Amino acid sequence: MPTAPAGTLYRGREGMWSWVAHRVTGVLIFFFLLVHVLDTALVRVSPEAYNAVIGTYQTPIMGLGEAGLVAAIVFHAFNGIRIALVDFWAKGPRYHRVMLWVVVGLFVVTMAGFLPRHLMNVFGGGH
Amino acid sequence: MATTQSTAAVAAPRSPYGRRKTTRGNYELYSWVFMRASGVVLVVLVFGHLFVNLMVGEGVSAIDFAFVGGKWSSPFWQVWDLLMLWLAMFHGTNGVRTIINDYAQRDSTRGVLKGLLYLAFAIVVVLGTLVIFTFDPCPANADPELLASFCTA
Ligand code: HEM
Ligand code: HEM
Repeated sequence: MPTAPAGTLYRGREGMWSWVAHRVTGVLIFFFLLVHVLDTALVRVSPEAYNAVIGTYQTPIMGLGEAGLVAAIVFHAFNGIRIALVDFWAKGPRYHRVMLWVVVGLFVVTMAGFLPRHLMNVFGGGH
Repeated sequence: MATTQSTAAVAAPRSPYGRRKTTRGNYELYSWVFMRASGVVLVVLVFGHLFVNLMVGEGVSAIDFAFVGGKWSSPFWQVWDLLMLWLAMFHGTNGVRTIINDYAQRDSTRGVLKGLLYLAFAIVVVLGTLVIFTFDPCPANADPELLASFCTA
Protein backbone atom coordinates (compact mmCIF):
# COMPACT_ATOMS: atom_id res chain seq x y z
CA MET A 1 0.00 0.00 0.00
CA PRO A 2 1.46 3.36 -0.97
CA THR A 3 1.08 5.93 1.77
CA ALA A 4 0.58 9.67 1.58
CA PRO A 5 3.78 11.52 0.75
CA ALA A 6 4.49 13.39 3.98
CA GLY A 7 7.17 16.08 4.33
CA THR A 8 9.63 15.56 1.56
CA LEU A 9 13.22 16.60 1.16
CA TYR A 10 12.73 16.92 -2.58
CA ARG A 11 13.07 20.61 -3.24
CA GLY A 12 14.24 20.45 -6.81
CA ARG A 13 14.59 23.92 -8.18
CA GLU A 14 14.01 24.56 -11.89
CA GLY A 15 13.77 20.83 -12.53
CA MET A 16 10.85 20.42 -10.17
CA TRP A 17 8.92 23.46 -11.35
CA SER A 18 9.30 22.58 -15.01
CA TRP A 19 8.00 19.10 -14.14
CA VAL A 20 4.96 20.56 -12.36
CA ALA A 21 4.26 22.90 -15.27
CA HIS A 22 4.63 20.05 -17.78
CA ARG A 23 2.12 17.95 -15.83
CA VAL A 24 -0.44 20.74 -15.40
CA THR A 25 -0.29 21.78 -19.07
CA GLY A 26 -0.54 18.13 -20.20
CA VAL A 27 -3.76 17.55 -18.25
CA LEU A 28 -5.20 20.85 -19.41
CA ILE A 29 -4.59 20.06 -23.09
CA PHE A 30 -6.02 16.57 -22.63
CA PHE A 31 -9.34 17.84 -21.28
CA PHE A 32 -9.48 20.51 -23.96
CA LEU A 33 -9.00 17.82 -26.61
CA LEU A 34 -11.93 15.73 -25.28
CA VAL A 35 -14.28 18.71 -25.60
CA HIS A 36 -12.70 19.81 -28.88
CA VAL A 37 -13.39 16.51 -30.66
CA LEU A 38 -16.96 16.47 -29.32
CA ASP A 39 -17.77 19.96 -30.62
CA THR A 40 -16.04 19.33 -33.95
CA ALA A 41 -18.32 16.28 -34.30
CA LEU A 42 -21.22 18.71 -34.71
CA VAL A 43 -20.24 19.04 -38.39
CA ARG A 44 -22.00 15.68 -38.74
CA VAL A 45 -25.21 17.08 -37.24
CA SER A 46 -25.73 20.10 -39.49
CA PRO A 47 -23.92 23.23 -40.69
CA GLU A 48 -26.28 25.28 -38.49
CA ALA A 49 -25.48 23.28 -35.35
CA TYR A 50 -21.72 23.57 -35.89
CA ASN A 51 -21.84 27.29 -36.68
CA ALA A 52 -24.06 27.98 -33.67
CA VAL A 53 -21.67 26.36 -31.20
CA ILE A 54 -18.50 27.71 -32.81
CA GLY A 55 -20.19 31.12 -32.85
CA THR A 56 -20.52 31.08 -29.06
CA TYR A 57 -16.74 30.52 -28.92
CA GLN A 58 -15.95 33.54 -31.07
CA THR A 59 -16.05 36.01 -28.19
CA PRO A 60 -13.28 38.06 -26.55
CA ILE A 61 -13.34 35.87 -23.41
CA MET A 62 -12.92 32.67 -25.41
CA GLY A 63 -10.26 34.44 -27.48
CA LEU A 64 -8.25 34.92 -24.30
CA GLY A 65 -8.91 31.29 -23.38
CA GLU A 66 -7.48 30.23 -26.76
CA ALA A 67 -4.40 32.35 -26.08
CA GLY A 68 -3.99 30.51 -22.75
CA LEU A 69 -4.40 27.14 -24.45
CA VAL A 70 -1.81 28.02 -27.06
CA ALA A 71 0.57 29.17 -24.31
CA ALA A 72 0.08 25.85 -22.53
CA ILE A 73 0.74 23.79 -25.64
CA VAL A 74 3.77 25.85 -26.70
CA PHE A 75 5.38 25.37 -23.29
CA HIS A 76 4.48 21.66 -23.14
CA ALA A 77 5.84 21.09 -26.64
CA PHE A 78 9.21 22.84 -26.18
CA ASN A 79 9.68 21.43 -22.70
CA GLY A 80 8.74 17.96 -24.03
CA ILE A 81 11.59 18.21 -26.55
CA ARG A 82 13.86 19.24 -23.68
CA ILE A 83 12.81 16.14 -21.70
CA ALA A 84 13.60 13.92 -24.67
CA LEU A 85 17.01 15.61 -25.07
CA VAL A 86 17.82 15.13 -21.38
CA ASP A 87 17.00 11.42 -21.77
CA PHE A 88 18.59 10.63 -25.14
CA TRP A 89 21.37 13.16 -25.73
CA ALA A 90 24.59 12.23 -23.95
CA LYS A 91 25.15 15.78 -22.71
CA GLY A 92 21.45 16.38 -22.03
CA PRO A 93 21.51 15.93 -18.24
CA ARG A 94 24.45 18.33 -17.93
CA TYR A 95 22.64 21.06 -19.86
CA HIS A 96 19.12 20.47 -18.56
CA ARG A 97 19.01 23.82 -16.77
CA VAL A 98 20.43 25.77 -19.70
CA MET A 99 17.91 24.05 -21.94
CA LEU A 100 15.08 25.16 -19.69
CA TRP A 101 16.09 28.76 -20.32
CA VAL A 102 16.22 28.00 -24.04
CA VAL A 103 12.65 26.66 -23.69
CA VAL A 104 11.58 29.86 -21.92
CA GLY A 105 13.26 31.94 -24.64
CA LEU A 106 11.59 30.02 -27.47
CA PHE A 107 8.29 30.30 -25.61
CA VAL A 108 8.58 34.09 -25.40
CA VAL A 109 9.54 34.40 -29.08
CA THR A 110 6.70 32.11 -30.24
CA MET A 111 4.10 33.88 -28.14
CA ALA A 112 5.37 37.28 -29.32
CA GLY A 113 4.76 36.12 -32.87
CA PHE A 114 1.38 34.59 -32.06
CA LEU A 115 -0.35 36.95 -29.64
CA PRO A 116 -0.56 40.21 -31.63
CA ARG A 117 -2.04 38.50 -34.66
CA HIS A 118 -4.44 36.35 -32.65
CA LEU A 119 -5.63 39.29 -30.54
CA MET A 120 -6.19 41.27 -33.73
CA ASN A 121 -8.32 38.43 -35.09
CA VAL A 122 -10.28 38.29 -31.83
CA PHE A 123 -10.72 41.98 -31.06
CA GLY A 124 -9.87 43.68 -34.31
CA GLY A 125 -12.11 44.61 -37.23
CA GLY A 126 -12.23 41.14 -38.83
CA HIS A 127 -15.97 40.65 -38.70
CA MET B 1 2.23 -27.35 16.59
CA ALA B 2 3.75 -25.99 13.39
CA THR B 3 6.95 -27.90 13.57
CA THR B 4 7.03 -29.11 9.99
CA GLN B 5 8.99 -26.56 8.05
CA SER B 6 8.22 -25.79 4.47
CA THR B 7 11.24 -25.86 2.25
CA ALA B 8 9.39 -24.92 -0.91
CA ALA B 9 10.15 -21.20 -0.58
CA VAL B 10 13.89 -21.73 -0.38
CA ALA B 11 15.70 -22.27 -3.65
CA ALA B 12 17.86 -25.34 -3.95
CA PRO B 13 21.57 -24.63 -3.39
CA ARG B 14 23.51 -23.52 -6.44
CA SER B 15 20.43 -23.06 -8.56
CA PRO B 16 21.00 -20.42 -11.26
CA TYR B 17 20.65 -16.84 -10.09
CA GLY B 18 17.46 -15.14 -11.21
CA ARG B 19 16.92 -11.59 -10.22
CA ARG B 20 13.15 -11.48 -10.26
CA LYS B 21 10.30 -12.80 -12.27
CA THR B 22 9.15 -10.32 -14.84
CA THR B 23 5.41 -10.50 -14.80
CA ARG B 24 4.47 -7.33 -16.61
CA GLY B 25 6.63 -7.42 -19.70
CA ASN B 26 8.27 -4.22 -20.85
CA TYR B 27 5.08 -2.22 -21.11
CA GLU B 28 6.33 0.76 -19.07
CA LEU B 29 9.53 0.96 -21.11
CA TYR B 30 7.64 1.05 -24.40
CA SER B 31 5.24 3.62 -23.03
CA TRP B 32 8.17 5.81 -21.94
CA VAL B 33 9.71 5.63 -25.43
CA PHE B 34 6.31 6.26 -27.02
CA MET B 35 5.77 9.46 -25.01
CA ARG B 36 8.98 10.90 -26.42
CA ALA B 37 8.56 9.70 -30.00
CA SER B 38 4.91 10.76 -30.26
CA GLY B 39 5.78 14.12 -28.67
CA VAL B 40 8.26 14.95 -31.42
CA VAL B 41 5.71 14.16 -34.15
CA LEU B 42 2.94 16.03 -32.31
CA VAL B 43 4.97 19.23 -32.33
CA VAL B 44 4.72 19.30 -36.13
CA LEU B 45 1.07 18.21 -36.29
CA VAL B 46 -0.29 20.50 -33.56
CA PHE B 47 1.78 23.55 -34.50
CA GLY B 48 0.69 23.11 -38.12
CA HIS B 49 -2.94 22.81 -37.01
CA LEU B 50 -2.75 25.93 -34.87
CA PHE B 51 -0.94 27.91 -37.55
CA VAL B 52 -3.45 27.15 -40.29
CA ASN B 53 -6.51 27.63 -38.06
CA LEU B 54 -5.41 30.63 -35.99
CA MET B 55 -2.77 32.55 -37.98
CA VAL B 56 -3.62 32.26 -41.66
CA GLY B 57 -6.28 34.65 -42.99
CA GLU B 58 -8.61 35.87 -40.27
CA GLY B 59 -7.75 33.13 -37.81
CA VAL B 60 -10.41 31.93 -35.38
CA SER B 61 -12.99 34.43 -36.54
CA ALA B 62 -13.02 32.69 -39.95
CA ILE B 63 -13.83 29.21 -38.63
CA ASP B 64 -17.24 27.85 -39.59
CA PHE B 65 -18.76 24.87 -41.37
CA ALA B 66 -17.51 26.05 -44.77
CA PHE B 67 -13.96 26.33 -43.41
CA VAL B 68 -14.03 22.74 -42.17
CA GLY B 69 -15.61 21.69 -45.48
CA GLY B 70 -12.71 23.26 -47.34
CA LYS B 71 -10.12 21.46 -45.22
CA TRP B 72 -11.68 18.03 -45.04
CA SER B 73 -12.39 17.83 -48.77
CA SER B 74 -8.64 17.32 -49.06
CA PRO B 75 -7.14 13.92 -48.16
CA PHE B 76 -4.06 15.75 -46.94
CA TRP B 77 -5.88 17.41 -44.02
CA GLN B 78 -7.95 14.27 -43.39
CA VAL B 79 -4.80 12.24 -42.84
CA TRP B 80 -3.19 15.09 -40.88
CA ASP B 81 -6.12 15.32 -38.48
CA LEU B 82 -6.47 11.55 -38.19
CA LEU B 83 -2.82 11.17 -37.19
CA MET B 84 -3.10 14.08 -34.79
CA LEU B 85 -6.25 12.64 -33.21
CA TRP B 86 -4.75 9.21 -32.66
CA LEU B 87 -1.31 10.31 -31.49
CA ALA B 88 -2.60 13.05 -29.19
CA MET B 89 -5.18 10.71 -27.65
CA PHE B 90 -2.71 7.88 -27.07
CA HIS B 91 -0.12 10.32 -25.73
CA GLY B 92 -2.56 12.21 -23.51
CA THR B 93 -4.32 9.10 -22.19
CA ASN B 94 -1.01 7.46 -21.38
CA GLY B 95 0.15 10.64 -19.62
CA VAL B 96 -3.02 10.91 -17.52
CA ARG B 97 -2.70 7.19 -16.68
CA THR B 98 0.74 7.93 -15.20
CA ILE B 99 -0.71 10.77 -13.16
CA ILE B 100 -3.56 8.59 -11.83
CA ASN B 101 -1.01 5.97 -10.82
CA ASP B 102 0.95 8.65 -8.97
CA TYR B 103 -1.85 10.18 -6.94
CA ALA B 104 -4.75 7.71 -6.60
CA GLN B 105 -3.70 5.61 -3.65
CA ARG B 106 -6.57 3.19 -3.12
CA ASP B 107 -6.81 0.33 -5.58
CA SER B 108 -10.52 0.90 -6.09
CA THR B 109 -10.15 4.65 -6.76
CA ARG B 110 -7.39 3.96 -9.24
CA GLY B 111 -9.48 1.32 -10.97
CA VAL B 112 -12.50 3.58 -11.34
CA LEU B 113 -10.47 6.55 -12.60
CA LYS B 114 -8.64 4.45 -15.17
CA GLY B 115 -11.91 2.89 -16.28
CA LEU B 116 -13.34 6.35 -16.92
CA LEU B 117 -10.15 7.39 -18.69
CA TYR B 118 -10.20 4.42 -21.09
CA LEU B 119 -13.90 4.94 -21.73
CA ALA B 120 -13.29 8.59 -22.68
CA PHE B 121 -10.39 7.50 -24.88
CA ALA B 122 -12.53 4.97 -26.75
CA ILE B 123 -15.46 7.35 -27.28
CA VAL B 124 -13.31 10.23 -28.52
CA VAL B 125 -11.10 8.17 -30.84
CA VAL B 126 -14.02 6.29 -32.42
CA LEU B 127 -16.18 9.40 -32.77
CA GLY B 128 -13.34 11.57 -34.10
CA THR B 129 -12.31 8.93 -36.65
CA LEU B 130 -15.88 8.42 -37.88
CA VAL B 131 -16.39 12.17 -38.20
CA ILE B 132 -13.34 12.59 -40.43
CA PHE B 133 -14.35 9.77 -42.78
CA THR B 134 -18.12 10.26 -42.95
CA PHE B 135 -17.98 14.05 -43.28
CA ASP B 136 -19.85 15.53 -46.26
CA PRO B 137 -18.75 19.08 -47.09
CA CYS B 138 -21.86 19.64 -49.24
CA PRO B 139 -24.88 18.09 -47.47
CA ALA B 140 -27.88 17.79 -49.81
CA ASN B 141 -30.56 20.02 -48.22
CA ALA B 142 -28.31 22.52 -46.50
CA ASP B 143 -28.47 26.26 -46.95
CA PRO B 144 -25.88 26.94 -49.73
CA GLU B 145 -24.90 30.16 -47.92
CA LEU B 146 -23.31 28.06 -45.19
CA LEU B 147 -21.28 25.78 -47.46
CA ALA B 148 -17.88 26.05 -49.07
CA SER B 149 -17.98 27.86 -52.43
CA PHE B 150 -17.11 24.71 -54.42
CA CYS B 151 -20.45 23.14 -53.38
CA THR B 152 -22.47 25.50 -55.56
CA ALA B 153 -19.95 26.13 -58.30
C1 HEM C 1 -7.76 27.35 -30.22
C2 HEM C 1 -7.14 26.44 -30.87
C3 HEM C 1 -7.78 25.49 -31.86
C4 HEM C 1 -8.71 25.75 -32.83
C5 HEM C 1 -9.37 27.07 -33.18
C6 HEM C 1 -8.97 24.49 -33.50
C7 HEM C 1 -9.87 24.33 -34.56
C8 HEM C 1 -10.18 23.14 -35.17
C9 HEM C 1 -11.04 22.99 -36.31
C10 HEM C 1 -11.74 24.13 -37.04
C11 HEM C 1 -11.10 21.66 -36.62
C12 HEM C 1 -11.86 21.05 -37.81
C13 HEM C 1 -10.95 20.42 -38.84
C14 HEM C 1 -9.72 21.20 -39.18
O1 HEM C 1 -9.76 22.45 -39.24
O2 HEM C 1 -8.66 20.57 -39.36
C15 HEM C 1 -10.27 20.96 -35.66
C16 HEM C 1 -10.09 19.60 -35.61
C17 HEM C 1 -9.21 18.94 -34.76
N1 HEM C 1 -8.37 19.53 -33.84
FE1 HEM C 1 -8.28 21.50 -33.39
N2 HEM C 1 -8.20 23.49 -32.93
C18 HEM C 1 -7.46 24.07 -31.92
C19 HEM C 1 -6.55 23.44 -31.10
C20 HEM C 1 -6.26 22.08 -31.13
C21 HEM C 1 -5.27 21.43 -30.31
C22 HEM C 1 -4.39 22.13 -29.26
C23 HEM C 1 -5.28 20.11 -30.65
C24 HEM C 1 -4.43 18.96 -30.14
C25 HEM C 1 -4.22 18.70 -28.92
C26 HEM C 1 -6.30 19.93 -31.67
C27 HEM C 1 -6.64 18.73 -32.25
C28 HEM C 1 -7.62 18.55 -33.21
C29 HEM C 1 -8.01 17.25 -33.74
C30 HEM C 1 -7.46 15.89 -33.31
C31 HEM C 1 -9.02 17.49 -34.70
C32 HEM C 1 -9.79 16.44 -35.53
C33 HEM C 1 -11.09 16.16 -34.82
C34 HEM C 1 -11.88 14.99 -35.38
O3 HEM C 1 -11.28 13.95 -35.74
O4 HEM C 1 -13.12 15.07 -35.41
N3 HEM C 1 -6.86 21.15 -31.94
N4 HEM C 1 -9.72 21.88 -34.79
C1 HEM D 1 3.08 19.22 -28.84
C2 HEM D 1 3.92 18.26 -28.71
C3 HEM D 1 4.11 17.47 -27.41
C4 HEM D 1 5.32 17.10 -26.90
C5 HEM D 1 6.72 17.38 -27.49
C6 HEM D 1 5.05 16.36 -25.69
C7 HEM D 1 6.04 15.76 -24.92
C8 HEM D 1 5.82 15.04 -23.78
C9 HEM D 1 6.79 14.20 -23.11
C10 HEM D 1 8.23 13.97 -23.55
C11 HEM D 1 6.18 13.67 -22.01
C12 HEM D 1 6.79 12.68 -21.02
C13 HEM D 1 7.16 13.30 -19.71
C14 HEM D 1 7.77 12.27 -18.78
O1 HEM D 1 7.78 11.07 -19.09
O2 HEM D 1 8.22 12.71 -17.72
C15 HEM D 1 4.82 14.18 -21.97
C16 HEM D 1 3.90 13.93 -20.98
C17 HEM D 1 2.56 14.25 -21.05
N1 HEM D 1 1.91 14.85 -22.13
FE1 HEM D 1 2.80 15.59 -23.76
N2 HEM D 1 3.71 16.31 -25.46
C18 HEM D 1 3.06 16.97 -26.50
C19 HEM D 1 1.70 17.10 -26.67
C20 HEM D 1 0.73 16.68 -25.76
C21 HEM D 1 -0.70 16.73 -25.99
C22 HEM D 1 -1.39 17.20 -27.29
C23 HEM D 1 -1.31 16.27 -24.83
C24 HEM D 1 -2.79 16.10 -24.51
C25 HEM D 1 -3.63 15.52 -25.30
C26 HEM D 1 -0.24 15.94 -23.89
C27 HEM D 1 -0.44 15.45 -22.61
C28 HEM D 1 0.56 14.96 -21.79
C29 HEM D 1 0.34 14.43 -20.46
C30 HEM D 1 -0.99 14.36 -19.72
C31 HEM D 1 1.60 13.99 -19.99
C32 HEM D 1 1.92 13.34 -18.63
C33 HEM D 1 2.64 14.34 -17.72
C34 HEM D 1 3.28 13.70 -16.51
O3 HEM D 1 3.38 12.46 -16.42
O4 HEM D 1 3.73 14.47 -15.66
N3 HEM D 1 0.98 16.20 -24.49
N4 HEM D 1 4.61 15.01 -23.07
